[in-house]
Amino acid sequence: MLEVTGLRVAYGGIQAVRGISFHVNQGEMVALIGANGAGKTSTLKALSRLLDAAGGSVRYCGKEVAKLAPHQLIAEGIALVPEGRGVFPRMSIVENLLMGAYCRNDTQGIASDIEHVFSLFPRLEERAQQLAGTLSGGEQQMLAIGRALMSRPKLLLLDEPSMGLAPLMVQKIFEVVCSVAREGMTVLLVEQNAKLALEVSQRGYVMESGEITLTDDADKLLANPKVREAYLGE
Amino acid sequence: MDIFVQQIINGLVLGSIYALVALGYTMVYGIMGLINFAHGEVVMIGAMVALFFVKAFSGLPVVILLPLALAAAVCVCMAIGFSIERIAYRPLRHAPKLAPLITAIGISIILQHLAMLIWGRNYHAFPPVIPVSAHEIFGATITSLQVFIVLIAAAMMAGLTLLIQRTRLGRAMRATSQNPAIAQLMGVNINQIISATFVIGSALAAVAGLMVSANYSIAHYYMGFMLGLKAFTAAVLGGIGNLAGAMLGGILLGIIESLGAGYIGDLTGGFLGSHYQDIFAFFVLIGVLIFRPSGLIGERVAERA
Repeated sequence: MLEVTGLRVAYGGIQAVRGISFHVNQGEMVALIGANGAGKTSTLKALSRLLDAAGGSVRYCGKEVAKLAPHQLIAEGIALVPEGRGVFPRMSIVENLLMGAYCRNDTQGIASDIEHVFSLFPRLEERAQQLAGTLSGGEQQMLAIGRALMSRPKLLLLDEPSMGLAPLMVQKIFEVVCSVAREGMTVLLVEQNAKLALEVSQRGYVMESGEITLTDDADKLLANPKVREAYLGE
Repeated sequence: MDIFVQQIINGLVLGSIYALVALGYTMVYGIMGLINFAHGEVVMIGAMVALFFVKAFSGLPVVILLPLALAAAVCVCMAIGFSIERIAYRPLRHAPKLAPLITAIGISIILQHLAMLIWGRNYHAFPPVIPVSAHEIFGATITSLQVFIVLIAAAMMAGLTLLIQRTRLGRAMRATSQNPAIAQLMGVNINQIISATFVIGSALAAVAGLMVSANYSIAHYYMGFMLGLKAFTAAVLGGIGNLAGAMLGGILLGIIESLGAGYIGDLTGGFLGSHYQDIFAFFVLIGVLIFRPSGLIGERVAERA
């Protein structure tokens, strides 16, 4: 479904991503793990067109998307849950969700999808009219995921959904992500929390200093001594 | 007492006009973090187009003539607002903040001189097509034109508020002002939103332009400078970037100025006359910048990371 070849991202003269290649198959959940500064977020930013790639190709459903404008991606069915949530702070929860559905005009479908998001995250329904900026970090993460789902994406890109959250909240959020994936959503999960990410994914890529150094099935990566030593603290 | 009431009424009328212009400043600032210093000239162009339209078709009945003049002014101003952004600001979107400020002043000078070339450097009188009836209220007089100005300004502000708060376009504008990168991910075409912001602000400026020239029966190519500066002050007073702030700031500034003009003679023992009314706006600006730089309602809700 997603085929990335030789992707490079550079900030000025510094290469953050040095020609990586990976793919995500339809219906799969794939983890991209690595330490802080390995280039994971830069990769996602390039995929979602918030950053210009310095080179390489990104094919999505057979179509080259590396040159699209950022606002055109969502119509293709790609939704990003950005690092740090990126909710609209001075808009209510409902308005944030409506922004997620900005590209759609089926009022009925949008209303029922809001109900669906509320059923995934009941906490959001309780606070439907509250400004997003006043929510806790975990609630904002729920909102960011709900907002991304509102576009009915085919491919969901998640950037560090566990960052800065209490373990209980992380667990709740990952339960929802897994249930969405079970219903057939294709997910690319970028995480520093390697154990968590590999436990829920089918396959994984390990990124180090802008390069992919290791790839395998997620359970094999979990058992790999090098991964265990470097990322699982053993 | 009647001087007081009279000046409040005059201030309300003047303030309604300031508020419409201030909205243009504050909307652009809210979306782009940029002061569009050419906005005052857009008001001037609106006033000129409306005035000359009325002059040219003064045979028409006034109920048809004024809406047509207004429509002409609005169309011309929207086109100018759209072009200003495309020509002077869009190429500098990622330039340092100072660069678009300089092009703004450049556009301002160009528009002024274009207006001077087209309409000359004279003061133009607004044709007396609007029947003026005066009404007594609390010992002061208010004309039907003044009532109209306040009502139309209120309707425009209510309409704008509805647009921003209730429509898909308004939501996209707010989202863009809060986080443009993320708004793009939602499918918002930022360039379209910015263009829409300029076009809407310019339409309000056109309405304000007609109001000024009709109310003071006069227009000339240099009128946009001071008016723009005052409206900018109003926007800062209310809290720039905040729509309700621009409305409140505009009305307040109008009233402060009118009261100041009404009493400045008494206050200074006749030393300064009412033609010194302009100093009040700038006292207000200096005061706000020193004591409350975020403006009256420029405070934002607490945001957690």
